[in-house]
Parts: sequence; C-alpha cells; structure tokens
Amino acid sequence: MSIKSILEVKNLHAGFGTTEVVKGVSLSAQYHTVTAIIGPSGCGKSTFIRCLNRLHEETSGAFANGEVWLENTDIYAKNVDPVSIRRKVGMVFQKPNAFPSMSIFDNVVAGLRLAGVKRHSILKEIVEQSLISAALWHEVKDKLNAPGTSLSGGQQQRLCIARALAVEPTVLLMDEPTSALDPISTAKIEELMTELRKKVTIIIVTHNMQQAARISDQTAFFLSGELIEFGETSQVFTAPKMDQTERYITGRFG
Amino acid sequence: MNPAVLSQHMAQRYLRRKITHWIMMGVLALASCLALIPLLSLSVYVLSQGIPGLGINFFTHLPQPIGETGGGMANSILGTLTLVVLASLIGVPWGIGTGLYLSEYPPGRLSTAVRFSADLLASIPSIIIGLFVYTLIVIPMRRFSLLAGGVALGIIMIPTLARSTEELLRRVPIHVREAGLALGLPRWKVILRIVLLGNARAISTGIILSIARVAGETAPLLFTSFNNQYWQRGLDQPSSSLPVQIYTYAISPYEDWHQQAWTGALILVLLVFAMNILTRILLSPRGSS
Ligand SMILES: Nc1ncnc2c1ncn2[C@@H]1O[C@H](COP(=O)(O)OP(=O)(O)O)[C@@H](O)[C@H]1O
Ligand SMILES: [Mg+2]
Repeated sequence: MSIKSILEVKNLHAGFGTTEVVKGVSLSAQYHTVTAIIGPSGCGKSTFIRCLNRLHEETSGAFANGEVWLENTDIYAKNVDPVSIRRKVGMVFQKPNAFPSMSIFDNVVAGLRLAGVKRHSILKEIVEQSLISAALWHEVKDKLNAPGTSLSGGQQQRLCIARALAVEPTVLLMDEPTSALDPISTAKIEELMTELRKKVTIIIVTHNMQQAARISDQTAFFLSGELIEFGETSQVFTAPKMDQTERYITGRFG
Repeated sequence: MNPAVLSQHMAQRYLRRKITHWIMMGVLALASCLALIPLLSLSVYVLSQGIPGLGINFFTHLPQPIGETGGGMANSILGTLTLVVLASLIGVPWGIGTGLYLSEYPPGRLSTAVRFSADLLASIPSIIIGLFVYTLIVIPMRRFSLLAGGVALGIIMIPTLARSTEELLRRVPIHVREAGLALGLPRWKVILRIVLLGNARAISTGIILSIARVAGETAPLLFTSFNNQYWQRGLDQPSSSLPVQIYTYAISPYEDWHQQAWTGALILVLLVFAMNILTRILLSPRGSS
C-alpha cells in the first residue's frame, strides 16, 4: 500500500497461558478509515483488538508478541509505556460501562481529570465537544450532573464514546459496540460513525454482517485466530477470494 | 397403566405436594418469628430498664461516688467515641488497603496467605487481641491507655473490613476497570478513583458496620484502656468507655449503679442501632433516576 498507514500490525501472535488465540496476523489501516473485523465467536477478534491498545496484557497469563506500528512507534517495543499508548488508542466495549457514581459530566472528563487537567473552563468545553461528537449533547445538555448510569443503554454507549473521544485519541477501537443495544440505538451509533471517522481511525469488531458492509472501508475476516481474508469491504462482501469467507458471509457456518 | 388411574394418582400426588408445601411454609414462618423474639424482647427490656436513669446528667456528669446521686457517664461516652475514632484511624486504612490488595492484584501465594490470615484473625476471640495489645503496648508503657484500647479495637476491625471490601470490589465488573485502563490511566488511579470512589457508599457501609461492631467490645478494653472515673487526660492515660463502665457497674452490689449500667446499655444499643440504620440510608437507592 502506497499511502502511509496510521496502524500497521505485523505478524502478531497473542494468547493466554500456552494457548495461542491470535496466530500471526498482519494488517494495516489508513488514516480516517473504518476497518471491520468479522468472524465467528471465539476466533480471537477481541483478543486481537485488545492487543492494539495493549489492554490484552492486563489479563493475567496473557501474552502478545509481534509488531504493532502506531504511526512511527512500535507499541510493543521495549521502552514503550502502555499507558501512553492507551491515551492515543481509545476503546469502546461491548457492554456500556459508565463509571459508577459519576455524573455524565464527570464520566466524560474522567480520563483528563484523573490525568491532572483541573481547569473547569477547559473541561466544560471538552465535555460539550465530546458529547456533540458522540451525538449525545442534545439529549443530556440539561442534566450533565445526573449519574451516567441513569442513561439508557444506547445513551450510555454514546457516553462511553464521548468519554473515549475526550482524551483525543487518534485510533478508536470498538469491540461489538452495538451488540447489546436495540436497533434504534444501533442505527444512531452507525450514523455517528460516519462523522467520527473524520476525527479518528476506527477498528470495529462486529457480529453483524450488514453493519460491517454499511460502515466499513475494509474488512478483515478471522477464523480460529488466523486472518483468512483482508480487503476492501465491497470486494470481501461481493467477491470474496477465499472459500471460507464466502461460506461465512452467506451464513453457511459460524 | 390405565389413563384414568394415572390421572387420579397424579391428582393425589399433587394434593400431597400442596400439603407438604403449606406445612413447610408454616414451619419457616414460625422459625423466622422465633428469631425476632430475642431481638424484640431485648430491646423492650433494655428500654424499660434504661429509661428511668435517663436524664441530662447522664450525658454531662462524671460518675459519682457511691451514695451520691446525679452521676453520669459523660466520660465513658466520650471515651467510647475517642476509642472508635482511634480504632478507625488504624483499622479503616489498613482494612481497606488489604481488601483492595486482595481484590485488585493477581491471585498468588501472598494474597492467599493474606486472605487466610485475615480469616484466622477474624476468628480469634477479641480477648486474645486485648492480651496481645497488653503485651505490645501496655507493658512497655507501664500503664493502661486510650491508645492501647484504640489499637486493640483497630486490629479487630482490620480482617472484617478487609474481607467485606474485597467481596464488594469483586462485584464491580471487570469492564469498568478496563474502561479506566483504556483511557490511559495508570492502574492505581483506576483502582482508587474509579473502583473505590465509585463504590464509596457501599464501602462506607462496611466501615460503619465494623465500627458498630467494635463500639460494644468489652473484653479487649479490660486490660488496654481499662477504666477511669474522671475526664480523659491524654492518649497515654487509661480511659473509661461505655462497655467497661457498664461491666463495672453491673457487677457492683449497688442498686444505684445497676440503674446506671442499664442506662449505659441503652445508650450503647441506641448507638449501634443508629449506625446500622445509617448504613441502610446510605445503601438505599437514591439519585439513580
Ligand atoms: N481470559 C481468558 N483466558 C483464557 N482464554 C481466553 C480468555 N479470553 C478469551 N479466551 C479464549 O480465547 C479465544 C478467543 O477469544 P476472543 O478473542 O474473545 O474471541 P472473539 O472476540 O472472536 O469472540 C476463545 O477461545 C476464548 O475462549
Ligand atoms: Mg469478542
């Protein structure tokens, strides 16, 4: 690929204990694109994207090796601090996870405030911007002091997106962000992603094939920890090169 | 089998099951009522015995020599409050710190050992803790002291608080912690500011319950803070406390003192009940609408 990638994974192996779950995956993503990762349950999608912000290693017994280049840094190089990587690579999880007993406002600025940003005027502006970017501002602007956990599931998920955006990451990882949500909330988040990609590069794991087809530029198909096929979304869905990909997207297994 | 016979058989079995069900329900209801009887009768008894001695003097005056009226337990009440504060200064950070360690750091030999010791410590009779503090502090200092009493009660708080904190934090979903880590926060900040503070109300419930538990401890105070019929004069001096004063008065031969003991008991019970009620209020769902 000729254009410079923001993210480039080279021969990544990862797993738990002695079990290898991601078996030598290489792929790359350009600036401001959406990459979808699809594949049957248990094939290592979550493990893979959790390697991209070095969250995987927080599980006891987890291992990972290989290269993951974020712009000009290999995040698995020896002297790299995982904490600094996680500020650049945000993450949204499957289950909405607003912080307990924090208001909507405090949830959004949690990352900044706990990192030492104190000035209220700055925080206030960031809250507004982040909530606007997460398409939640109009629903919550009059109740920023309400507990984050009082919002509906779909709203909480957008709150989590706002919280991730507030620290201004360059890459946003999303692990099945809509699979716990109703169809309307799902549609809202999909809509939101077309805006989000202007700010961040998105890697999204999804179980929903239509969703992958609708929102992504490129698609990676995983099977048993291996990257079976990786290409432009339109090509992967209309003319898959691999037999296994075709069987999966037509629903014949998985 | 003939279908008619079968269905008759089933009907009979159904009836039998129904009857067994009602009998069992009755037994359980009776057992629950029986469990309430000691609590109710104790409350009524302590109230009826304690109220006659209640008056402003009880809270403002020092104990009087036998034969003189108008004495109170002001110094004992103050002593118990001070002991509880001292105990919390030691027990709360230590207990919560241990609980945090047990729930947040990977299981290993150390945490297994710590957990086991906490459970053992919790099952040691409190009089033994008192003896331990006696040799640790009272003997070297050559006198009973408020400090020694506070340390004894603080040690008693540690294991229960550690285990209740651990249990509580274990119920915080792992993905809340991961969300914190994913924001680029160091682990200790996630633990303190998100996991612990996010559950501050439940944690404070554990603290209050452990305080309520030690507030009424008597045995460990008998040879640590001991007793004193005057106002407290310093951390390194013996101190009166409600439980020890109640004990002293209750075993005395004087009618007057028996009355004082009952009123002291009433205050102690009210204090402990109040703390329990406070935890209910803290835990009641509010602000989550
Ligand atoms: N904490 C863990 N410890 C051990 N094995 C795990 C752990 N988490 C996941 N696995 C295993 O790793 C494999 C891949 O899991 P995961 O990456 O979650 O798959 P996916 O997200 O594609 O469903 C599964 O077989 C799963 O059982
Ligand atoms: Mg998964």
